[in-house]
Amino acid sequence: MSILTKALTTAAMATALIAGSAQAEDMRIALVVKALGIGFFEAANKGAQEAAEELGDVEIIYTGPTDTTAEGQIEVINSLIAQKVDAIAVSANDTDALVPTLKKAMQRGITVISWDSGVAAEGRQMHLSPSSAPLIGNMIIKLAADNLPEGGEVAVLSATTTSTNQNTWIEEMNKVAGNYPDVKVVGTVYGDDLADKSYREAQGLMQTYPDLKAIIAPTSVGIVAAAQAVTDAGKIGEVNVTGLGLPSEMAGHVKSGASKSFAIWNPIDLGYSATMIAYHLAKGDATAEPGATIPMGRMGEATLDDNTEAAMADPFVYDESNVDEFSSIF
Amino acid sequence: MSDATTTSVPAASGRNIPDRLISPAARALKSWEMLLLIVAAAIFIANSLASPYFLDPWNLSDATFNFTEKAMIAFAMAMLIVAGDIDLSVGSAIALCSTVMGLAMAAGAGTPVLVLLGLGTGLACGAFNGLLVARFGLPSIVVTIGTMSLFRGISYIVLGDGAFTGYPASFAWFGQGYVFWVITVEMVIFTLAAIVFGVILHLTNFGRMVYAIGNNATAARFSGIRVDRIRFILFLLTGLMSGIAAICLTSRLGSTRPSIATGFELEVVTIVVLGGVSILGGSGSIPGVVIAALVMGLVTFGLGLLNVPGIVMSIIVGALLIGVIALPRLWSMLRRG
Repeated sequence: MSILTKALTTAAMATALIAGSAQAEDMRIALVVKALGIGFFEAANKGAQEAAEELGDVEIIYTGPTDTTAEGQIEVINSLIAQKVDAIAVSANDTDALVPTLKKAMQRGITVISWDSGVAAEGRQMHLSPSSAPLIGNMIIKLAADNLPEGGEVAVLSATTTSTNQNTWIEEMNKVAGNYPDVKVVGTVYGDDLADKSYREAQGLMQTYPDLKAIIAPTSVGIVAAAQAVTDAGKIGEVNVTGLGLPSEMAGHVKSGASKSFAIWNPIDLGYSATMIAYHLAKGDATAEPGATIPMGRMGEATLDDNTEAAMADPFVYDESNVDEFSSIF
Repeated sequence: MSDATTTSVPAASGRNIPDRLISPAARALKSWEMLLLIVAAAIFIANSLASPYFLDPWNLSDATFNFTEKAMIAFAMAMLIVAGDIDLSVGSAIALCSTVMGLAMAAGAGTPVLVLLGLGTGLACGAFNGLLVARFGLPSIVVTIGTMSLFRGISYIVLGDGAFTGYPASFAWFGQGYVFWVITVEMVIFTLAAIVFGVILHLTNFGRMVYAIGNNATAARFSGIRVDRIRFILFLLTGLMSGIAAICLTSRLGSTRPSIATGFELEVVTIVVLGGVSILGGSGSIPGVVIAALVMGLVTFGLGLLNVPGIVMSIIVGALLIGVIALPRLWSMLRRG
């Protein structure tokens, strides 16, 4: 071992001097995902490629471990540090375990941001969330209102009473409910993110409120169950189901008309925006500090909050026109 | 251990017992270790040609993290496999050690206590495996598949989807510290472990007994070797090395999650087998394991530099393993005609 190491390092020092002058022209941005072979991240890569094309002088390195492990991601990041990439944009498998490695990357002058799944603040320059609680809260009631020109009663089918995400979103929704005066939120029920319980709760809602016009389900389990309950009750066209769901699970219900539209993040936009932000930070024409704004190309600007986190945009709306395109992705 | 009489276990029956002390130079040249060394050199040269970033002291230093922790366990695992047993619970033992250290850290323990607890938990895991295998005579593969779930299960119960973070700054030395220039603390531990296990296996009575048990446990027992005690000690050693690896890995990650070190057991066994240790027991050497660890590290790091996707990487590692193992057999078949 020791002899080998000595041989290595002597050889290395010699070549380092020679190879020092060779430098790539393009800026290399690494998009590190939780694991390869996941549709959501393949779509994000598509967005990153789009951004690279738009920027011109950018090469995207799309990479990640085979399994969703922190150790695997660290190996990948180590090899990216070794390649002296200009920026690393990572969707982390572990909030904390990546911090030492990413700190090292930053020490060596690499721009580090996290997106989708964040890294603890000391391990990155900024984090890009696909959306934010206020934007989601507003979007879910807006989707219901958009399909109710005359207004009417709507009800919420949530996950569990203790689901932090859903509770925050519903709270945010209630804050902006005044902006949609014709829409009356009559009640909230909990399906515990179980398909059968959600289904029964949705049935119950339709019986309790005969004039119900829409069910808002800000959970991917609930929205599918509610759409099924509406279909089985023969109330397609009377009760519209909306909320947050996955295109692959909702495509059928959108086509049948049980759900006119629903929302969720768009992975393509997310990959695109992460690349744009990484580019501007690495180039030095934007800084990652609280209150700063960073351009994101066609997605507008990201404004950083006190934790140097930013929300990309409103959740993306899926309806008949685009659900097929995305249902094969995630 | 009784006395020196055990060293004269007859080697003539069936498989021979390798002994480096009397190996002639010619045999060394044709040995497995030499073949591996050639493979390692070839990979090294290929990597330097393929990527301009490969020959950089800091990069190579970073690359060692790909294998040091696994290799530490591989040394103990090699001895265990030479003796005819196996321990598939090492990855889970790391998770349990790390969880215990995390609990202590949360309770305010300092670095020395954390290290002692890491080592102690590792030893306890090894003792548990060893007890079931050596004392109750259960097959090691069955026992350790069971403890693989058991140890990690305890971690999951303690942590759920949470994590322990905020280890003391001095604790970071093990996994992130440097002894001198690019020489990491982990590299030093790896080297020391290689020397210690090399000496134990190749230069002591204990090592000879390990080979004897692996070749024929019954004959070893009739020769006066306390087979069960040695098997128990080997499990203890494997547990201890898992504890050391857990300290290094936890320190490097700066946090504990129950999913830590998932899949380590198979990577450790891969290094051992690639190092020329017969999976059936009875033969193999520590230098072989050292070179195999380097080969694995060089391959994964080199491919990583070329941004080869992990899926392709695991195919290449699999092909390498089969290739390196099949090559000598094919060679001898061809020579025989």
